[in-house]
Amino acid sequence: MKAAQPQSKFGPRFKAGLTGWLFIAIAVLMICAFYFYPMIQALILSFQTGTGSNLKFNGIDNYARLFTDDMFLTAVKNTFIYLIFQVPLMVVLALFISVLLNNPRLRFKGFFRTAIFLPCITSLVAYSVVFKYLFSSDGLVNALLLKLHLIGAPIEWIADPFWAKVTIIIAITWRWTGYNMIFYLSGLQNIDNSIYEAARIDGASAIRQFFSITIPMLKPIILFTSITSTIGTLQLFDEVVNITKGGPGNATTSISQYIYNLSFKYSADFGYAATVSYSIVIMIIILAFIQFRVAGDRNE
Amino acid sequence: MNKSKTFFTYIFLSIAAFISIFPFFWMIVSSTNLSVDVTKGKLLPGSHLIENFQKLTSSVDIMGALGNSAKISISTTILALLIASLAGYGFEVYRSKAKDIVFNILLLSMMIPFAAMMVPLYRMFGKISNVVPTIGIDTLASVVIPTVTTAFLIFFFRQSTKMFPKDLLEAGRMDGLTELGLFFRVYMPTMKTSYAAAAIITFMSSWNNYLWPLVVLQSPENQTIPLLISNLGSSYAPDYGVIMIAIVFSTLPTAIVFFVMQKHFVAGMVGSVK
Repeated sequence: MKAAQPQSKFGPRFKAGLTGWLFIAIAVLMICAFYFYPMIQALILSFQTGTGSNLKFNGIDNYARLFTDDMFLTAVKNTFIYLIFQVPLMVVLALFISVLLNNPRLRFKGFFRTAIFLPCITSLVAYSVVFKYLFSSDGLVNALLLKLHLIGAPIEWIADPFWAKVTIIIAITWRWTGYNMIFYLSGLQNIDNSIYEAARIDGASAIRQFFSITIPMLKPIILFTSITSTIGTLQLFDEVVNITKGGPGNATTSISQYIYNLSFKYSADFGYAATVSYSIVIMIIILAFIQFRVAGDRNE
Repeated sequence: MNKSKTFFTYIFLSIAAFISIFPFFWMIVSSTNLSVDVTKGKLLPGSHLIENFQKLTSSVDIMGALGNSAKISISTTILALLIASLAGYGFEVYRSKAKDIVFNILLLSMMIPFAAMMVPLYRMFGKISNVVPTIGIDTLASVVIPTVTTAFLIFFFRQSTKMFPKDLLEAGRMDGLTELGLFFRVYMPTMKTSYAAAAIITFMSSWNNYLWPLVVLQSPENQTIPLLISNLGSSYAPDYGVIMIAIVFSTLPTAIVFFVMQKHFVAGMVGSVK
């Protein structure tokens, strides 16, 4: 900006400023209306009780109820089991595949990349239904494992509380590994090859190079993917609804599914549903904070 | 690289590729077989594709669902691109401290889980229904409106605008274009690839959206393709061949979009972290 020109209040600079605001106005209004306003509404709701639209204020009773609500505690436990196993599994797998794919002399690179990315084009509902049938007790996965003599009797993938969780974890990993891989691949392509060459000359092994060059260089992207995956897993809904319906019992119910059930399946307890939904908000904030801390964002 | 390591690399990647592709293969093959053959584990294409298709169309309104999904996804994509690119451009070209603060606040909305907004949004549209029924509960518009603006897409366009040559704007101003004219006549044509990438991402996520349509769409004639698939999938006596052909149909549009615009797709996703 050039300095020191006397300007009237409605001079060109004011006009330019206003134009900028007009460009962003629709977006700002829409996000306020459909994200921040509902967020505030949910907070107010979380202190209310009643069915349907018959609501009255009841202080922190809803929040107290969370800790004695077995169904809620089960849903939280399930969601954290998914999170603890699935996110690291997927990050490691995606990193490993992307490092293999980044080898400049590898052939059929395009094929491998496209194939491994392909699951991302399916809708969560569609792939869930396919997985539900693949993993049914007389499904193809059991048939294959039986044929290979890896198991003696069919595994009850969907009907057993333990295996049902495993099925959900396998399913999410199938759907999202390729997605995360793309981020790592692009990160790897930004690492100058001469760094690796220098390391090789210094006699660093491939494993050493991976831990002292690849991982530190990819840290911001690993942080990004683990935060997005964590947020995604905390919101898990489509898969549990369409693969296991949350069962057997409540062995696979997720927090989001419980919120949905509270609002639209049981007797429309909007207030308590909002309280449960705020528990996810709080978890996301805490986990994102921890991940930032662990990954050490200092170098940014 | 030594030989055993190369061998291991190919084996590992082949297994990963096989696992990734197999469910697609199985779903396509199964859509050509009778339900009994699918349960027997038949992995070769059969001759019952047309029969399955006829059974599907006679039992559910798949064309209606595809049409609803298309209407929702196309209008979401057009509106989302327009609103988000205007904003991304506005934030970057008319940059100011105050706008940077607003931008950072908008980014916070990416942290809000949908489950937390679901109930208030539902009640909001319940109230809208009483005033303007055409955009209230159980209308296609009610699916579009709350999902059309995302902070992610604004962020994406702002990042892309950083690469946009600003000299073009000065040149345009000299030629007497208005500020809005600059956006439509200079910015938009230059940023075609960014628009393509954003369009793919938006179309796909809109096409595949499940939870909000499940909440807000109630009558069968308004159901979208994920809702239809979900209903088929939860039936007690599933006809596998018929369900698989419905899934093939639901995946086809996103698969086509992906294969035609593969390059932009990856560019678009990666653009979000750069």
